[in-house]
Amino acid sequence: MRLEPRNDVPVYLTILAPAGAVVLALALTAIPLLWADVPVAQAYALIFEGALGSRFALTETLARATPLIFTGLAAAVAFRARLWNIGAEGQLYAGALAAVALGSGAFVAPAAVMVPMIVIVGAVAGALLMLIPTLLKLRLGVDEVVTTLLLNFVVLLFVSMMIEGPMKDPMGMGWPQTAPMIDQATLPKLIDRTRVHAGLILAVVAAVVVWVLVNRTTWGFEMRAVGANPAAARFAGMPVARVMLRVGLISGALAGLAGVGEVAGLKGYLTLDLSPGFGYSGIVVAMLAQLNALAVVVSALFVAVVFVGADFMSRSIGVSNYLANLIVATSLLTMLAASLATRYRLRLR
Amino acid sequence: MNESVNREPEDLVLRLRGITKRFGDLVANDAIDLDLARGEILALLGENGAGKTTLMNILFGHYVADAGEAHVADAAGALTPLRSGSPNTSLLAGIGMVHQHFTLAENLSALDNITLGTDSLFRPWQRQRSARHKLATLMDRSGMQVDLDAAVVTLSVGERQRIEILKALFRDARILILDEPTAVLTPQESESLFATLRRLASDGLSVVFISHKLAEVLAISDRVMVLRGGRVVANTPTAGTDGPRLAEIMVGRPIPPTVRQPMAPGEIVLDLAEVHVPGEHNRLALTDTNLQVRRHEIIGIAGVSGNGQAALSNLICGLATHDHGRFELFGRAAIVGSPARMISAGIGRIPEDRLHDGIVGSMTVWENLLLEDYNQAQFATARFMRRGAARANARQVIDAFDVRCPGPEAPTRLLSGGNIQKLILGRVLSRQPDLILANQPTRGLDIGAVTYVHQLLLAARGDGAGIILISEDLDELLTVSDRIAVFYRGRLSPTMATEDVTIRRLGLMMAGQSVEGAAANAA
Repeated sequence: MRLEPRNDVPVYLTILAPAGAVVLALALTAIPLLWADVPVAQAYALIFEGALGSRFALTETLARATPLIFTGLAAAVAFRARLWNIGAEGQLYAGALAAVALGSGAFVAPAAVMVPMIVIVGAVAGALLMLIPTLLKLRLGVDEVVTTLLLNFVVLLFVSMMIEGPMKDPMGMGWPQTAPMIDQATLPKLIDRTRVHAGLILAVVAAVVVWVLVNRTTWGFEMRAVGANPAAARFAGMPVARVMLRVGLISGALAGLAGVGEVAGLKGYLTLDLSPGFGYSGIVVAMLAQLNALAVVVSALFVAVVFVGADFMSRSIGVSNYLANLIVATSLLTMLAASLATRYRLRLR
Repeated sequence: MNESVNREPEDLVLRLRGITKRFGDLVANDAIDLDLARGEILALLGENGAGKTTLMNILFGHYVADAGEAHVADAAGALTPLRSGSPNTSLLAGIGMVHQHFTLAENLSALDNITLGTDSLFRPWQRQRSARHKLATLMDRSGMQVDLDAAVVTLSVGERQRIEILKALFRDARILILDEPTAVLTPQESESLFATLRRLASDGLSVVFISHKLAEVLAISDRVMVLRGGRVVANTPTAGTDGPRLAEIMVGRPIPPTVRQPMAPGEIVLDLAEVHVPGEHNRLALTDTNLQVRRHEIIGIAGVSGNGQAALSNLICGLATHDHGRFELFGRAAIVGSPARMISAGIGRIPEDRLHDGIVGSMTVWENLLLEDYNQAQFATARFMRRGAARANARQVIDAFDVRCPGPEAPTRLLSGGNIQKLILGRVLSRQPDLILANQPTRGLDIGAVTYVHQLLLAARGDGAGIILISEDLDELLTVSDRIAVFYRGRLSPTMATEDVTIRRLGLMMAGQSVEGAAANAA
């Protein structure tokens, strides 16, 4: 038995492989469920019902997918150029903090002005935060995996300081949270009385823009070349450092937008539990999408389905919603195996 | 011309029958028969991918053959079946192999490297004494002298190769396989290797000598076996054949000889005066270098690798800067340290390591053809790529430079070495550069591809380019260049007209003897 590289990957495989990977992941996660005497079919049925079974469920899933699309894009862009940004979580909070700082009454203007402004400010905050590790990598050769990861904790502590101190809501009855966003700085709801907000549209537009950027522009050409072979890119005259800087800024800005959406579209104010790890889940989303920006939208929806559905199932039959983490993690592994299957053909002899 | 070689069976030390090895659809070895007699030097000749190395890897136990059988003479001379599948059984059967890339631990002494793996872990000092004794005899008999206590890292390439051979002899090899042994040697070192091999062969050692260089095959071997496409296409005594005939058999079609028509050199395109480039890790890389290149002229740069070629190449490619001296391009001071500036100044650069610096393997052929041109107006409007124009251009280059690939959309890593080099040449030459730096442009390529590269360089010379050709292949330099200079320890000799140079003289200069001394020796 041996693996042989395929010269060209047939189209049906690129669709079939991820689907097969998900099915396989569900089969594998059934093993611990059976072990724990959980009715597997019922559990999975509840996950689907909880995520897709009603209008409410669907809107919850869409709301959950919104930040995942942004953080997934942040990881996909950076990883394509082999810039390992593990700091989307911190950049998300930086974006949220900047949006709140501007949008909770410090500045008042009509919504047509306020909304674009907080979006821009949030993106800039995320980009500036990512600028630090990128510059450290380029100037001093510091490993960005370490710096981006550790900056997450620095940012969280900084946010904690701000919401316990200078930015604490005076009307908040002592809770560690900021003042609420003013109405003009709130992202409009897409569907009334649900949590789906205009951030979803922004996220999908961002995915299209990133796809075009990576696949159709000279900037994307440089990013892909630098990522795949920096020595050859440099030899061919590409400005490798500038490309890396650009990638870092774009990636940080996308993660910052995730924070803007959560704070201005969903929560309305900033607390320390704004994100249940959207920054880290974004890495999984990007890997599941094989770093393709359009596929990020699909894989973010998948991850959102699993998380929202698992919460519902957990409430219904009492199986811990940690099962969601198990399904997503297993999917990542089976997806890696599937991507191998698309690039190689198994030959028995 | 399959002249069967009849030998007494008891004379044979190795007999292969019907060895077949497939990799997927590719038949790397197709029913190969091979006989090797005691004391015989057999040359295994063939192009890249002809199956030479596969065959020897089967013999040495790295691969298992799909079909066929191998018999090796034991110490008493009787042919016994070789159980395949492990280098250890092959070593015990008396087969030693010297790989193209040496397998030495650089921080250990020569002695440690030779005895490594044969040493008992208990009481090593006793083994050491007997090992020294045995090696002294071996060195005496073979004429190879090595300082056994020197750390390998301090030894020259030729010395390292001697250690590899001694390592095989120390394990009582009766068959020695050498894979492209002269690729890294100066001509003089090659001569001394050949002398050693002849001496060992007359002592009863059988040698399989893998090569694609015709001259040395003719010089060293008793018999030549030519492989093509995994099959034996000739098996003949060396005495009855000649270079052009072997080349034709090896390639499967006649190879037109490369002819360099004399040309009057034009204006100066590159002028280096007293240029000094600091080396990495505080080593001096390029010292007081003077070099002028004119249009219609190919300057060959010879030298053992690591003597300053990389620094010169990096300077001209825009990857390094000089700290003093004068560097002029087309009569103006060059702006150094930027590959993009060098490209736009009109320099075509063919990198030494084509996979590392020349292409992005995971990107498509058309994208790789665009690496240096993606910002040009014809291929991009306001940062949006004009993919249609780029693909059309790629198809043109693929046709013009005979790049064999499934199409412009194929990932470049799937191409063979020769076609990757043609792709790079196509990218560089279609810009019609005025100065070309070609660093080892034919390393590892087949004769057909080598000839093609030479023709392209000569055509560019005819079109008015000045060319710097850095090469370790002296035959290549003598064939293609108009003038030749030699690197030794960061210093470049003055250029000499190719007509006044011999391989022997180049070899002496590469080994550091002064030009005057070399001239005297050549006379």
